[in-house]
Amino acid sequence: MEQPILELKNVSSNYGNIKALKGISLKVFPGEIVTIIGANGAGKTTTLMTICGIVPLREGEIYYRGQPIHGRAADTLPALGLCQVPEGRRIFPRLAVEENLEMGAFFRKDQDDIRKDMAYIYSLFPVLKERRKQHGGTLSGGEQQMLAIGRALMSRPKVLLLDEPSLGLAPIIVQKIFEIIDDINKRNRTTILLVEQNANIALQTAQRGYVLETGSIVMEDDAEVLMNDPRIRKAYLGE
Amino acid sequence: MIHESKKIWKNYAIGLIWFFVLLWPLLGIHKDGSLTIGRAFSVWLYVLAGTFICLSLYTLHKNDILKWTGSPMAKAKDRVTAAAGALPNWFWVLLILTVAVLLPLFSHRYAQDVAINVLIYITLGLGLNIVVGLAGMLDLGYIAFYGVGAYTYALLNLQYGMSFWVALPFSAFFACLAGCIIGYPTLRMRGDYLAIVTLGFGEIVRIILNNWMELTNGPNGLLGIKPPGIYYPSFAHGFSLEFLYLKKLYLLYYVILFICIFTIVAVYRLNFSRIGRAWEAIREDETVAELMGVNTFRLKLLAYAMGAIFGGLAGAFFSARMRFVSPESFSFLESAMVLSMVVLGGMASIPGIILGAFALIVLPEVFREVELYRMLAFGAAMTLMMLFRPEGLIPAKRVGTRSEERGG
Repeated sequence: MEQPILELKNVSSNYGNIKALKGISLKVFPGEIVTIIGANGAGKTTTLMTICGIVPLREGEIYYRGQPIHGRAADTLPALGLCQVPEGRRIFPRLAVEENLEMGAFFRKDQDDIRKDMAYIYSLFPVLKERRKQHGGTLSGGEQQMLAIGRALMSRPKVLLLDEPSLGLAPIIVQKIFEIIDDINKRNRTTILLVEQNANIALQTAQRGYVLETGSIVMEDDAEVLMNDPRIRKAYLGE
Repeated sequence: MIHESKKIWKNYAIGLIWFFVLLWPLLGIHKDGSLTIGRAFSVWLYVLAGTFICLSLYTLHKNDILKWTGSPMAKAKDRVTAAAGALPNWFWVLLILTVAVLLPLFSHRYAQDVAINVLIYITLGLGLNIVVGLAGMLDLGYIAFYGVGAYTYALLNLQYGMSFWVALPFSAFFACLAGCIIGYPTLRMRGDYLAIVTLGFGEIVRIILNNWMELTNGPNGLLGIKPPGIYYPSFAHGFSLEFLYLKKLYLLYYVILFICIFTIVAVYRLNFSRIGRAWEAIREDETVAELMGVNTFRLKLLAYAMGAIFGGLAGAFFSARMRFVSPESFSFLESAMVLSMVVLGGMASIPGIILGAFALIVLPEVFREVELYRMLAFGAAMTLMMLFRPEGLIPAKRVGTRSEERGG
C-alpha cells in the first residue's frame, strides 16, 4: 500500500482551555481529495490549525511525507509544500490582489517561475487579473475566496488544506469554487484536505471522508458510502 | 434634503450647548470663588458666529443654491489638479529638495531652528512609521530609542572625545540593540497589550537615564557635548585641510537634512521591498502571514530594530545640536507627539508623515500669538482630522514599483 502523504496519529490539542481535539487519527494519500465534515465547534478548523502549527499540539504525532512535522514552526511548512486556505478567506485587505498572490510565494526566490504561476492563477480566475491592482478588501466574497485559493496555490503546495471554502457564498459561486478545486486536484495531482460544513458538496467532490464530532472522529469511509449512510443523511444532509 | 438639513441644525444646536458647557468652567470660574458669565459668553458668541456662517454656506451648498459659485471653482480646481498631474513626480521631489537646500539663504535663525526641529521629527516619524504604519504594532515607547541615541553620542563624545560622524553609527547600533532587547520579550504580544508594554519600557529607559547618576549624571543631564565637525579644504596658506565645528545653525541644518534624506531614501526602499510587503502582511493578518511562510517574530523584531536605528540617528543629532541632554527630553509626551505625526499624516505614507511633522511643529509656532489657546486648537484640530480624514492627510497609496517587479 502507498504511503500516506499526511498522517495524524492520535492528535490532541487545546483551544484555550477547551479540549478541542481528543486524539484523532487520519491519513491522506497522495493525489486524493479527503474531506472532514462536522458541525460547528466539532474541531475542524482546530485540526487544520494544529497541522499547520498555529494551535500547539498537546499529544500525538503528525507526519508529512514520512517526516514528523509536529513542533515545527508554522512558517517553515509552506516551503515543504503544505499550505492552508484559512477559514473566512482572510486575505490581506489593504494589499493589492497581485501583492496578495505574491505573499503566497513569499518563501520562493525563483522569480521566473513565480511569474508563470501567477499567469496560471490568472488563467484559473480571470476576474483576479482584471482586479490585480485593486485592494483585496474591495473584492466580493467569492472573489476573495478565489484570491485566497490562488494565494495558497502560489506556494506550489503538494498538500492543500482548505477550510470551509463555501462559507458565506452563493450556491452558484460555491459550485464554481468546487469545480476549480476538483480541477486543481486533477491537473496538478495536488492532494487536498477539505474541511466543510456543507457535507453535500464536500462528499460529492471528495473520494474519502471523515466525520468529526466534538473533537473525535466518529466515522471514516469512502465519500460515496458516507453519502448513502442513513445516519449521515439524517445528521448532515438534512433528511 | 430638507430633512437632512434639519438634522444638521439640530446637531449644531446641541453641539453649541455642549461647547458652552465645556467653555464656561474654563473662563467663568475664578480663583476667588466668584462666577461670571460674560467672558465665556463673548468667546462663545464669536465661535457661534464663525461656525454659523460656515454651516450656512455648507447647507446652501448641499441644497445646490451655491452652484453658480461652485462650478467655476470646481473647474479651477480641476485645472490645478490636471496641471499638477502633468508634472512628473520627480519634479515635485526636486522642487521640495531645492527649497530645503536653499532655505538657510532666505531665512532667519528662528526659521532655521524650527526647520531643524521639523527635520528631526520627520526622521523620528519615518522611523516610527516602520513599526506602526508598516508592521502595524502600536509602539508608545518609541522615544526611548531617541534617548538611547542621544545619550550614546553624548557619552562617547564626553568620555572618549569621539567625533559626531564616528559616533553616529554607534548611536544607531546601540539604539538597534536596545530595540532588540526590548523587542525580544515584548513582540510576542499583540495589539493593546503590546502598546501598554512598550509604554512601560519607554518609561523604564527614561527612568534609568534619570537615576543612573554615575553614568548619565541623572536629572542634571550632560553638558558640553561637541557639535559635529568637518574638515574642509583651505587655500589661504597654500593647500591645507582645516577643521571646523559646525556651530552655526544653518550648518547644523544641513547635517540633519542629510540624515533626514538618508532616512527618507532608506524607508522608501524598505517600503517597496519584499520585507516591506511582509511587514504589511503582518499588519493585515499576522496568523495568515505565518501560514504563508513569513517568520513573523523575526520580521517584527527587524521592524522594531529598524525603527530604533532611525530614532538613534535623530537622537545623536539632537544631542549634538543642543550640546546638552537630560532625561526630560524623552518623556512619554514626545512619543505621543511622534505617534500623532504618523497618524495625522497618514500611516505608511512617506509624504503624509513629512506633512504631519511639518504641521505639528510649524502650526504651533505660527499660532504662538494665541499661546493660551494653542493646546485647545491642537486638540480640536486632531479631533476634526480623525472625524473627516481618519486615513491621514495624505493616505498611503502604492506609488513605486517593488524591487523584484523591476528585476523580473
